[in-house]
Amino acid sequence: MEKRKMLTGNYAAAHGARLARVEVVPVYPITPQTHIMEKMAAFVESGELDAEFVPVESEHSAMAVAIAAQATGARTFTASSAQGLVYMHENLFVASGLRLPVVMAMVNRTIGPPTTICPDLGDSLDQRDTGWIQIYTESAQEAHDMIIQAYRVGEDERVLLPVGICFEGMIISHYMEPVEILDQEKVDLFLPPYRPEHVILDPDRPMSVHQLVLDDSYYTEYRYQQQVAMEAAKGVIREVDEVFGEAFGRRYGGLISTEMMEDAEVALLTLGSMASTARAVVNQLRKDEGIPIGLVKLRVFRPFPDAELRESLSNLKAVAVLERDVSIGAGGAVYLELAHCLRKRHDSPLLTNYIIGLGGRDVTFEEIKDIALNLFEERDAEVMTNPIRWYQVRGL
Amino acid sequence: MVAETTRPQEVMRSGHSACPGCGVAMGMRMVLRALGTRSVVVMVPSCVSIISGPYPNAALNVPVFHSAFEVAAPTAAGISNAFKVQGIDDIPVLAFAGDGGTFDIGLQSLSGAADRNDDFIYVCMDNEAYMNTGIQVSSATPRFAWTSTSPRGNTRRKKQIMEIMAAHRIPYAATACIGFPDDLEKKVERAKEVRGTRFLHLLSPCPTGWKMAEHMAPKSAVAAVETNIFPLYEIVDGVQYTITHISKGLPVETYLSLQGRYEHLGAEEIRSIQSEADRTWADLHKKDR
Repeated sequence: MEKRKMLTGNYAAAHGARLARVEVVPVYPITPQTHIMEKMAAFVESGELDAEFVPVESEHSAMAVAIAAQATGARTFTASSAQGLVYMHENLFVASGLRLPVVMAMVNRTIGPPTTICPDLGDSLDQRDTGWIQIYTESAQEAHDMIIQAYRVGEDERVLLPVGICFEGMIISHYMEPVEILDQEKVDLFLPPYRPEHVILDPDRPMSVHQLVLDDSYYTEYRYQQQVAMEAAKGVIREVDEVFGEAFGRRYGGLISTEMMEDAEVALLTLGSMASTARAVVNQLRKDEGIPIGLVKLRVFRPFPDAELRESLSNLKAVAVLERDVSIGAGGAVYLELAHCLRKRHDSPLLTNYIIGLGGRDVTFEEIKDIALNLFEERDAEVMTNPIRWYQVRGL
Repeated sequence: MVAETTRPQEVMRSGHSACPGCGVAMGMRMVLRALGTRSVVVMVPSCVSIISGPYPNAALNVPVFHSAFEVAAPTAAGISNAFKVQGIDDIPVLAFAGDGGTFDIGLQSLSGAADRNDDFIYVCMDNEAYMNTGIQVSSATPRFAWTSTSPRGNTRRKKQIMEIMAAHRIPYAATACIGFPDDLEKKVERAKEVRGTRFLHLLSPCPTGWKMAEHMAPKSAVAAVETNIFPLYEIVDGVQYTITHISKGLPVETYLSLQGRYEHLGAEEIRSIQSEADRTWADLHKKDR
C-alpha cells in the first residue's frame, strides 16, 4: 500500500532510490543534499535496503565509484549540489560516454562565490553538455516519483544514459510536504532489475572499456549515437510517464506540462519550484482579470523538448521565460535554447527572459504577477526591446 | 627443454604498444601473470593505458576498464563494491596507475579508498616522471634527475609514497621491481591472499625517459635495488616491515651512471644521494623486526 507521510524533498528522493532497490550508493556530503546521504546510510544500516553505502572522500570519487559499479552491473545512486556537482563534472562525461544509466539527485544550489547554500539552477544547467538527461521537478512528490522513473528511462536500451533529477535546495529539499511513498511491490513491477548487456565487466566475456582511440576512426559516430539516444529518450520519457500514470495514478505530462494554453495569447514558461507560484498567478489572472494567459512548465531540459515547445508556443503573441540561472555574457540557459528552437518561424511569439531568484532570492506571487501583466501589455509590440531582463537588481 | 604446459598463462598478449624495452610493459606482464585471467583490471591515463592497446587492439585478455586520470582507486572500489553486493567474491580487482596518477593527481582518491579499506590491489607503475606526456617532473621524480620540466635537475625529493600508504594501516603494501621477477610475483600472490586495500609500488625503468639504451630496463632495476636506491620490502597492517631482499649495498654510482638523466651530476650531488640511500636502508633495518 502507498503510504502518505510528511517528508522533505530530500527524504522523498531517498525513499525513491530505496524503492528502486539501488545497490551501490557512493556519496559525499554537501548542503543541501546531505539529508539524502544520511537517509541512504540509514536505509542500508537498518537493512531496509540491500546495498553497499560508500562514504567517499569527494564528489569526484562518488561519481567514479558509481560509474565503475554501474559498469559491473549494479544499479547506483548518488546525490550532489553546487560545487560538488561542478567538481564531478569530468566524470559526468564518463558516465554518459560509456552509456551507464547512473541516477543522481541534483539538489540545486547556487555556485559561489559569493558562497551561499540557497538555490538557483546554475549548478545543474552548467552540466548540460555532459550528456545527462536532466529532469526538473517542483515538489517532493515529483522528486520521489521521478527518481523511480529515472531508472526506467535511463536503463531503457533505446536510451542507456545517466539521469539527473533536479530540485531546488531549501525550497524543495528542506520543506516538508505530504508525499505518497510508493508501494514496493508495485515499484518492482514497474521497474525490473538492472541487467545490462552493453557494458559489463565479466571475466567470462572480457571487454576493454573506454580505451584510447588514437585516430579519428569512430569518435564522431560514438557521439552521434549519444545524440540518437537523447532523441530516443524523448519518446521513452513520455512512455514511462504514461506507464507510471497507469500504475500509480499520477501523470506529469512528459517533457513539458501545460496549463490553460488552449486559448492563451501569452504564457509564462518556467521550471522547478517557480512553476507552483506561476501557476497561482496564472489562475488568478484568468479568474479575476480575464487575461488569456497560460503556463508552460519545462520538465526536461535535456533532451530539449523543441517540438513540444514549438507546438504549444506557436501562435502565441508573447512568452516570458522566468529562470533562476544565467549564462553570463548571454542570458538565461532556457531562454537561449528556446529562442533557438523558435527562430525564423512566422508564428513564433515575442520572447522575454527574466533572470530572477538567483542565489535563492525569494520569487513572490506579486513579482511573477508583475512580470505577467507587463508581458500582457507588451504582447502587440513589433519587437521586444531589451529582451533579457535582470529582474529588480538592487542599486539599479 | 621445458614443456609448454609448465609455462604460466599470460594475461598480457603480444602486440601491445609499449616503446622498445619498456619497463612498465615487463612489470604489467609479471603482475598480470601472477594475478590470473579470472580478474578485472582498471587503468587510468598513463603509459599502461597506451601499452594495453589503443582501439581496436586490446593486449589484455581480461576485462579492462579505463577511467579518469585521478580515480584509479575509487574505480576499483566501485567494481569490488558491486561484486560484493552481487555476492561475487572470487574475482580480484586490480588497478594500474602511473606515478603521476598515484603520487600526484590520484593521491586524494587513493587515500579515500585506502581509508575505507576498499577491496582491491593497487599497482603504481613508477617510472619516475610523466613519461606518457613526454617526461615531465612528478612528485615521484628523484632529486637531481633531469626531466623536460626540471632541465637543471629536480630540486625536490621523491615523495615517500610507501610511508603514506603505511600510515593508512592498509593490510598489505610492498615495493617490487622488474629486476626481481620472483619477488614481484610472490608479492602479487601474497596480495591476492588478503582482502582490503593492497598497494604495490613497482619501480618500472623507462629507457626513453631515463635516457638509456633499450635493453637497460632490467639491469637498471637490479641496480636500483642493489644500491639501496629502491629497497625491496613489504609492510603488513602498516606497521610490520619485512625486507625481502638483502642488497649488496653497491655504491649509488652503479645505478646513476647507467642513466643519461643523471649525466650532469657532480661529486657533491652523488654524495648526497649516497647518504640518503644509506639512511633509507638503515631506517628500514630498524623497522624490520
